[in-house]
Amino acid sequence: MTKFRWLILFGPLVLFIGLVGFLLKGLGSDPTELNSALIDEPVPQFEVSDLYDTEVTYDQSVLHEGPLLLNVWATWCPTCRAEHEFLNELASRGIPIVGLNYKDDSREKAVNWLNTLGDPYTVNLFDPQGEVAFEFGVYGAPETYFIDHNGVIRYRHVGDVNERNWSNQLQGIYQQLLEEAE
Amino acid sequence: MIRSLLVTVAAVFVLISAASAENENSYKFDNEQQRATYQQLTKELRCPKCQNQNIADSNAPLAEDMRDRSYQMLKEGKSREEIIQFMVARYGDFVHYQPPFTTATSILWWGPLLIVVIGIGVAIGLTRKKKAAVELTPQERERLQQLRKSGDE
Repeated sequence: MTKFRWLILFGPLVLFIGLVGFLLKGLGSDPTELNSALIDEPVPQFEVSDLYDTEVTYDQSVLHEGPLLLNVWATWCPTCRAEHEFLNELASRGIPIVGLNYKDDSREKAVNWLNTLGDPYTVNLFDPQGEVAFEFGVYGAPETYFIDHNGVIRYRHVGDVNERNWSNQLQGIYQQLLEEAE
Repeated sequence: MIRSLLVTVAAVFVLISAASAENENSYKFDNEQQRATYQQLTKELRCPKCQNQNIADSNAPLAEDMRDRSYQMLKEGKSREEIIQFMVARYGDFVHYQPPFTTATSILWWGPLLIVVIGIGVAIGLTRKKKAAVELTPQERERLQQLRKSGDE
């Protein structure tokens, strides 16, 4: 009976502390950040034209030469403007980034953006209707997908990539993909 | 004053309903059944961008794309389940207002039941303890009597 008494006395306290911990964790997390449904899935099939030259088309095989990043962007997206310089920086460090131009106002605007701000992308995919993005489950811009050497999606980052989250988290993910590829 | 306010409110309502009717009418359905399935689907699919709205209510471009896709797939003869699976495969369980039963969601289903069971258990335990405390052995009763007597004197 005395054993049970301790349980009855302290059980609720332990439960309460557990609940507080659980809810505190919920406070710190961003509810708009969704886990991708495609984690550990191969990149979906698609066919899409080049942003500069619509005669040139690509399919999913451009994402098979990983590890690489797939960055979803558009000129109407202010956060994309904010992260652009850092993408240039990443590209200069030799990290391959494939750009997916997502439902942009016009092709000219997008090309103009890359001409003035610099083009960090190894390949530029042009997706005016958002069909390729739909296959990836894109729900906003910018989004950055980490794709490994087998063409499997391993991570999705929602929001801008910057110096802080790159060194805190994203670089580690990319490094791991590099190590796996060796 | 009140009348003009009422007129304005009525006008706004008419405009809103006209706008939504126009939206619906831009889709041509093969039959009423298909229209009903479409309306049900857009009510139970959740917009990933504006998270507390279904895709029927949301004006986000993504919700529009999802409505278009649902419509196209219905026209291609896809069933309601096929369309839901298609969306879930791309946007995750989040996109459907009826989440599937998994280990992670099981707590939502069994949690309340578990709490009720614990509550009943505690209630039974407490009442039993009280009863046990009230019942005295014959010896104890005698002692109690004696104490009372000595108290009277």
